Amino acid sequence: MPYETDYTNQGFSKVGTRVNRPDGVDKVTGRAKYGADANAAGQLVGRILRSPHAHALITKIDTSKAEKLPGVKAVLTGKDFPDLTGGDRGMMNILENCMARGRALYDGHAVAAVAAIDADTANEALKLIKVTYKQLPHVTDVDEAMKPSAPIIHDWVRTTGVTPAPTTASNVAQRTEFGHGDIDAGFAQADVIIEKSFKTEQTHQGYIEPHACLATLGPDGSGELWVTTQGHFTFRNVCASLLGLDVAKLRVTASEIGGGFGGKTHVWTEPVALQLSRRANRPVKLVMSRDEVFKATGPTSSTSVDVKIGAKRNGKITAASAELRYQSGAFPGMWAMLGAMTSFACYDLKNVKSVGFDVLVNRPKVAAYRAPSAPMAAFAVESVVDMVAAELGMDAVEFRIKNAAKKGTKASYGPVYGPIGIGPTLEAVKNHPHMKRKLGKNQGRGVACGFWFNFGGQTCTDLNIGVDGSVNLTVGTVDVGGSRASLALIAAEELGIDYEQVRVTIGDTNSLGHNDTTEGSRGTFSSGMAAIFAARDAVEVLKQRAAATWGIPVEQVVWEAGEARAKGKQNNNLPPLSLKEIAAKSPRTGGPIAGHNEVVADGAGVSFASHMCDVEVDPETGATKILRYTVVQDAGKAIHPDYVEGQFQGGAAQGIGWALNEEYVYGDDGRLQNAGFLDYRIPVCSDLPFIDTQILEIPNPNHPYGVRGVGETSIVPPLAAIGNAVSNAVGVRMDHVPMSPPRILKAIEAAQG
Amino acid sequence: MRFESPTTTKAAAALLASESGVAHVLAGGTDLLVRMKMGATEPDLVVDIKRIDSLRELKVTAAGVHIGAAVPAIMLGESDKLRGLWPGVVEAANLIGSDQIQGRCTVAGNLCNASPAADSVPALIAAGAKAVVVGTKGKRRVAVEKVVLGPGRTSLARDEFIEAIVLPARAGKSADAYLRFTPRTEMDIAVVSAAINLTLSRGIVQSAKVVLGAVAPTAVIVPAAAKALIGTKLDDAALAKMVTACEAACNPIDDKRGTIEYRTKVAGVMARRAALIAFERAGGAK
Amino acid sequence: MNGVTVSAKVNGDAVQYVCPPDESLLDVLRNRLNLTGVKEGCGTGDCGACSITLDGRLVCSCLVLGAEAEGREIGTVEGLSEGGKLHTLQEQFIEKAALQCGICTPGFLVAAKVLLERNSNPSEEEIRYALAGNLCRCTGYDKIVRAVQSSAKIMRRGKKASR
Repeated sequence: MPYETDYTNQGFSKVGTRVNRPDGVDKVTGRAKYGADANAAGQLVGRILRSPHAHALITKIDTSKAEKLPGVKAVLTGKDFPDLTGGDRGMMNILENCMARGRALYDGHAVAAVAAIDADTANEALKLIKVTYKQLPHVTDVDEAMKPSAPIIHDWVRTTGVTPAPTTASNVAQRTEFGHGDIDAGFAQADVIIEKSFKTEQTHQGYIEPHACLATLGPDGSGELWVTTQGHFTFRNVCASLLGLDVAKLRVTASEIGGGFGGKTHVWTEPVALQLSRRANRPVKLVMSRDEVFKATGPTSSTSVDVKIGAKRNGKITAASAELRYQSGAFPGMWAMLGAMTSFACYDLKNVKSVGFDVLVNRPKVAAYRAPSAPMAAFAVESVVDMVAAELGMDAVEFRIKNAAKKGTKASYGPVYGPIGIGPTLEAVKNHPHMKRKLGKNQGRGVACGFWFNFGGQTCTDLNIGVDGSVNLTVGTVDVGGSRASLALIAAEELGIDYEQVRVTIGDTNSLGHNDTTEGSRGTFSSGMAAIFAARDAVEVLKQRAAATWGIPVEQVVWEAGEARAKGKQNNNLPPLSLKEIAAKSPRTGGPIAGHNEVVADGAGVSFASHMCDVEVDPETGATKILRYTVVQDAGKAIHPDYVEGQFQGGAAQGIGWALNEEYVYGDDGRLQNAGFLDYRIPVCSDLPFIDTQILEIPNPNHPYGVRGVGETSIVPPLAAIGNAVSNAVGVRMDHVPMSPPRILKAIEAAQG
Repeated sequence: MRFESPTTTKAAAALLASESGVAHVLAGGTDLLVRMKMGATEPDLVVDIKRIDSLRELKVTAAGVHIGAAVPAIMLGESDKLRGLWPGVVEAANLIGSDQIQGRCTVAGNLCNASPAADSVPALIAAGAKAVVVGTKGKRRVAVEKVVLGPGRTSLARDEFIEAIVLPARAGKSADAYLRFTPRTEMDIAVVSAAINLTLSRGIVQSAKVVLGAVAPTAVIVPAAAKALIGTKLDDAALAKMVTACEAACNPIDDKRGTIEYRTKVAGVMARRAALIAFERAGGAK
Repeated sequence: MNGVTVSAKVNGDAVQYVCPPDESLLDVLRNRLNLTGVKEGCGTGDCGACSITLDGRLVCSCLVLGAEAEGREIGTVEGLSEGGKLHTLQEQFIEKAALQCGICTPGFLVAAKVLLERNSNPSEEEIRYALAGNLCRCTGYDKIVRAVQSSAKIMRRGKKASR
């Protein structure tokens, strides 16, 4: 299927090459400094006391013994965080999640904090804090929490998005609906209708680096925060707001980040560390343990989803609908909304409706996890798509191609698509050698598609040219996976200089204007866009300096291949001036040469991927082995193909873990039973094969180089691709993720009767 | 907490005997340090036994095998002779954790940690291994299956620790095998496991021992399963009988790692597969 | 709690430190010897980010007490390169884009070095099992395995050339 694009391909000399990343040496020698690697003179150790109960009233906290312990410099509880939110419920939710206010809402909820001279003293102090709890009924399952009899998590929550507005409290925080057309009429036209319910369990981003920060806050209200984060500007704003500080007086520096995947977009302990520091008037280093990371940061939702799809014998879908129930932990979120928006985004549908319910439970507050909410919706939808194709006797890939969205399709969540990659990725799948590999006994193949919006957002960069012609590009997005290399390539491309001449620095909050959090696959897209504009800004200055040097009007100067060239016959005798030459003269031609850009990087191109997966299932144990895995995704333009492939492979691997083994296991007591890497089973090296990739480049017309975000989409199809593969291998439709060995064996045995 | 690293077993036993608080023996530390980190134990004394020279010895002779209590599991796999004699014991020991864990953990420690899911324990029991226990009153030899009383509980007195694990002399035409089920290929705890030790005579099973792990509070010896194999060439009927016996011997729990139903079913599967491996290793042919 | 005085060698250099008897070698390396290239991902031996060598054996430094290291030789990521020259594995990890966030990289490099010292020509499966104690959440291990494969090849060639 040919695809249209308004975009004219351009020639690149640097962009698209596989250069070595500029921070490589630091990261292979152990020199790179991550969250826990910074220290300050006189620093204290911060520790947090956490609720052992899923839901409990805190009737009393006695900190007197802890305060008297020698070496303890500060002890805090909820009452030490005055409400400065001015009635902003969202901010209050953040504050209450950082430190409980009279009620513990989940196993692991922070109830007190200490700062002491060393770890032993801090741990001892935690033991001396006496908390009196009165346990309350709890609920951790999303479907249970929606029942009228369920314990209410927050008595102030009224379901939004329903009319008439309810007057009583509910655990359903929000109902959202998307779609168009008339689904009843659509289903009436269908020859085949499949309807099925699915469940997915809660998973964690599983970044290897625990949350860590070093906080300093003086009595004058000036502070420093060194922290592993995806969004140091956002952290600054939130911490300043919660603690009553001037935004400009809190300088936040992003450390190297040891993985985030969405989990480091929210504050967890940072406001507490700052408050401890203010109380003690000494720096406080606060590093989470791994079990704290599992219990008290932001995993993704567990879900329960119903999908119904109807189609004609000719393979055309006539209607599709979904109801999606996502738990958001103990505080309201927008996760079901995102699930509802993404569920049918791959398809061109006349009649479509998706309804999302965001549900509160006694679990940690849900945070973003790589294309948040889309994988669960895709698992349900892409499973039913396969079932409909099977019912029609059609090849599942052909069926998808026949219904794929294209340029001009009105998306199920509202907008009309520009040039997009779903069709091309499916065509690539159809023609891929992977699809021709023979399958053996107990083996199955699955294909699935995925969509993610991508995001642009506020972005600010500085580009400064040194007197030797080397270039420093300062950006405000963090380098989560090689973006320094991509951004240096972009700056080198624009300026026409060597990649090695560019250094990229992640600026702290006081060196740049606001940058939105590095989320929504925006790092290379938005900072890349701002880098292009900043470089072009600098080129204007370079041209002016050259014009002044030559004594000709700037209009007669062009910038080509890294040098200023004088245009026109009258200037033929003027030899070009390189960036290096202009830079060397800059002290005498007007001073430093720089370019700047502040932009709201709108127009992030939507992203699509199609994945293929072959599995073998041991019918006696239910164990699944991934034999082959191939990712096809539209990157718009791959700036650094190695790191684009890396994103494809990493997302697929996370999806494989989610599909097969990863899950939060809660006991009847509402406590998390597997808060560690031994029993929360992320894939190890021997679990996986090489993950093949194919990059498609369908340029995003809204980006100067055609870039689309590439970071997230790759986690969307795997649950469904593996679900389809396992279902094909064992001959039973799998409807519950993770498809752990006991679940698969049970499904096989149930089918055998 | 005090840390001591004596150089003789006598000194170690004396230290343990004289401590009135919580005392732990430190061999590989791969379980003890985790428990300390999680706050599950707060010892007053830790006695590192790795500086006792005799405990670092691995001796593989015709008369038997002596595995010092401080020998890291990785060394078992490095001994071709041991792998030849007791492949099941070696594969069980080498399944305890990653290479990093292997470099520290010991089979004696795996035994004394007294986890129902310990990998090396079923294989040691199947092999007829004995623990050499040392204390202030001297040494005693005890069958490995008598060491563990229940999860986290052993029969050792507070002044006692294991000096070595010894395996008997090997009869000809004998072999063992160990299999476990884990959701991941590595870095996992056995959901269920099976160890089989067979001796053949003229291609027929003459003696057998079948031991299951993670299906009860301690490893389970299943005499009925062994009996099903004796006198056979592991034909389908014999294997089916053994599987039934294994399933009947299971008394597992539902937990985060597996269900009663799943463990019971897969115990039989592991036992059948391990029996076939051991049979082939012993030179058997169907 | 009385401190234990320990003399050991780290990356070939003699060091001496005093630590509480229950302090892990990981905490000693990071907080007392300032070797922060050794990372803590879990503290329970499940992630391998703190991998070091102890008398040549690969271990998790979180599962060793600082007090145990008396007289031992410790190797960390900081000791991999010799002078100004990166180790082949370090070069190949950069060349093959085998790291994204980089937090697991020091542990992988130490584990891979031990593997290649033991087995100069490992199969893909041998590499995958040897590195199974090191978790990486970014890469799906694909480019890590490839970087170890290419390192092995280069190092074998180097050995041949020097013979």
